[in-house]
Amino acid sequence: MRTSVFISILCAVGAALYLAFNFVGNDYLFFAGYTVLQYIVLATAWNILGGYCGYVNFGSAGFFAIGVYSTVFFHAVGQSVEEIFPEFLVGPMQAIFPLPLPLLIVFAGAVAGFVGLGMGYLTLRLRGVFFAIATLALTVVMETFIVNWTFVGGSRGAYVIPPNEVPVFGHFIQFLFALMTVLVIVALTTARLIERSKLGVGFATIRDDELAAEASGVPTLRLKLVATVVSGALMGMAGAPFPYYIGYVEPGSAFNLSYAVNSIAMPMIGGTTSWVGPLVGALLLGTLQQVATVTISSAVNLLIVGLLLIFFVIIAPRGIVGLVQDRWRARSKGAKS
Amino acid sequence: MEFDLLINAIIAGLMLGGFYAAVTAGISISFGMLDIVNIAHPGFIILGSYIAYIVNVHFGVDPILIAIVALPAFYALGSVIYQVYYQSFEKHGQDSLRGLAFFFGLLFVTEVSLNLVFGVDYRSVDVPYIGGSVSIGAMEFPVRMLVPCLVSLAMFGGLILFMSRTFIGRAVMAVSQDPQALQLMAVDPIRIKRIAFSISIATASMAGAFLIIIQPVIPSAGREYIGRVFAICVLGGLGSLPGTLIAALMIGVIESITSTFYGPSWAPAVSFGLLLLTLAVRPSGLFGR
Repeated sequence: MRTSVFISILCAVGAALYLAFNFVGNDYLFFAGYTVLQYIVLATAWNILGGYCGYVNFGSAGFFAIGVYSTVFFHAVGQSVEEIFPEFLVGPMQAIFPLPLPLLIVFAGAVAGFVGLGMGYLTLRLRGVFFAIATLALTVVMETFIVNWTFVGGSRGAYVIPPNEVPVFGHFIQFLFALMTVLVIVALTTARLIERSKLGVGFATIRDDELAAEASGVPTLRLKLVATVVSGALMGMAGAPFPYYIGYVEPGSAFNLSYAVNSIAMPMIGGTTSWVGPLVGALLLGTLQQVATVTISSAVNLLIVGLLLIFFVIIAPRGIVGLVQDRWRARSKGAKS
Repeated sequence: MEFDLLINAIIAGLMLGGFYAAVTAGISISFGMLDIVNIAHPGFIILGSYIAYIVNVHFGVDPILIAIVALPAFYALGSVIYQVYYQSFEKHGQDSLRGLAFFFGLLFVTEVSLNLVFGVDYRSVDVPYIGGSVSIGAMEFPVRMLVPCLVSLAMFGGLILFMSRTFIGRAVMAVSQDPQALQLMAVDPIRIKRIAFSISIATASMAGAFLIIIQPVIPSAGREYIGRVFAICVLGGLGSLPGTLIAALMIGVIESITSTFYGPSWAPAVSFGLLLLTLAVRPSGLFGR
C-alpha cells in the first residue's frame, strides 16, 4: 500500500469517527475519545524506540509532561507580556500571543525531541539497561524541576482556560479531538514509514543483535539517537494540547506514572513489531480504561493495566498481533496439507 | 553558625547515607551481581514499610523487629519472583526488554495495590525513640535517623562478610563473573542466583522498616528511590558492596547539604545529576573494576 493511500484511509477513518461522534451529539464521547487517541500517539511513539530498537523508555510521562509544560510556559508568557518584554516589543507580542495550538504542538515536539537527544547522547552508548534507568529517573528530576519553577505554576499548578467556542469546529473539545486525530495520523504514518525504510531495517538489527550490527557497519548510535528524538518528540506533541483539555495542570497530573505504564503496556499487549500492535493495544486498553473508570474506579483500572502487562509479557510475548499471526500461519499450513 | 550548619548537614547526610546503603543493598546484589534489573525493588521496600506499619499500629511492636520476623516471607517472595523471571525470560537468553517490562509491571501493581488497600494518606509508625535526639557539642543526632543508620550498617557489614566468607556468598560472586565455570565446579548457578535474588528481596523488608521510622510513607514513595538507588549502585561500581556503601554515604551527604542550603525540594535532582554524570564520564563507577 502506498503511503498516500495509507494516509487517505486514516483521514477517512478519522473524519468518519468525528462525524459519527458529532451525530450522536454527546460531548463525553469527544472527551473519552481524546484520551484514547492520546494513548495511541503515546504508544506508537514508545514503540518506535522500544519495539523497533529494543530500548525501553520508562520516561514517557516525562516526555509527555515536557509537552504539557511547554504549552503552560507559552500560555504564561502570553499572560504576562507586559512584564517580560521591553516596551517596544509589547505591541507586536500582544498580537502574536496567545499562540495557536498547532504551533504550540510543534514547539512541544521540538523541546521534547531535544531533551531526548541530550539524554540519548549521554546514556545510549552504554548497555540498554542504563538508558532505561536514566529515563526512569528523568521523570523524577523533571518533576522536581517543574515543582520548583514558579513561573509555570510550581507545585500549586497552573490554570489554562480554553476558549469556549472555536470557529468551524464549534465546541473546543471537538477542536482538540480533531487535532489529536491529526497527531494520530502523523504518528502512525511516521511509524509505518520508518518500518518500511532503511531506517527501520537498521533499527531491527539493533534490536536483534547490536554487536553484530555495529560490526557490520550499522551506525548504531546515530540510529538510536534518531529513534529517541522521533519518539520523544511525538510524546511531547501528544502532551501539548493536554492543558487545554484538562484546564488545570499540576505536576502530579502531568507526570502521572500511568502514562509511562500505559505507553509500555499498550505496545506490549498489542505487539511490538509493527505499527498495528500499539494501535490495537491502545484502542483496547484505552477503551477498557474509559469504561472501567466510569463503571468501577480509576485505581482499579490501573491495577488491571499493570496485571495485563505482566500477564502478556509472560504468556504472550508477541502480543495480540503475534497471537493472530500464529493463528493465520497455522490455518494456511492446514489448508496446504 | 554557618559552620555548625554544615557539620550538622554532613552528619545528617552520613546517617541518611547509612539508610540509603540498606535501600541499595538489594539492587546492588540483583542488578550488580546477577544482572537482573529489578526496578521493582523500591516497590518491595514500600511493601515492607506497610507491613511494619500495620503490625506496629495493631500490636505496637518495633518496626525493625517486625522486619526481622518478616525476613523469611520476603525471602520466599524473592524465590517465587526469581522462579517466574527465570522460567519466562532468563532461560530464553537475552530478552531484557520484556524482563524490564515485567519488573516495571510488578512495581506498578505493588503501588496500586497498596493504594487500594491503604489509600494515599501518609502513614507513620509509633515508636518511643522517634522524637528523641542525642547531642554531642553542637552536633545533633536525631534518634529516628541514628537507629536505622546503625542497624543498616550492621546489616550491610553482615552482607559483606557473608559474600566474602561463606561458600554460598563466594558462589554468588562467582556466578556474577562466570556461571559456566561455576557449573563445572558442580554448583547449580540457577540455585545460587535464586538464593542471591531472594536475599536481595529480603533486604527490602529491613529497608522498608527503616524508611517508615525515618519518615511517613505513601504508596508512591518508592518512585523517588529508583533514580537514587541506581545512581548509588552505578556510582559504587556494579556488584561491589563496599563501593555501594561509600557511594551511599556520598549521595547522602551531598543530598543533605543540598537540602540544607538550597531547599529540600531540590534534593531528588541531585542523585540523577550524579547518575548522568557517572554514566557519561565513568560508567564503571568510582570503585568499579
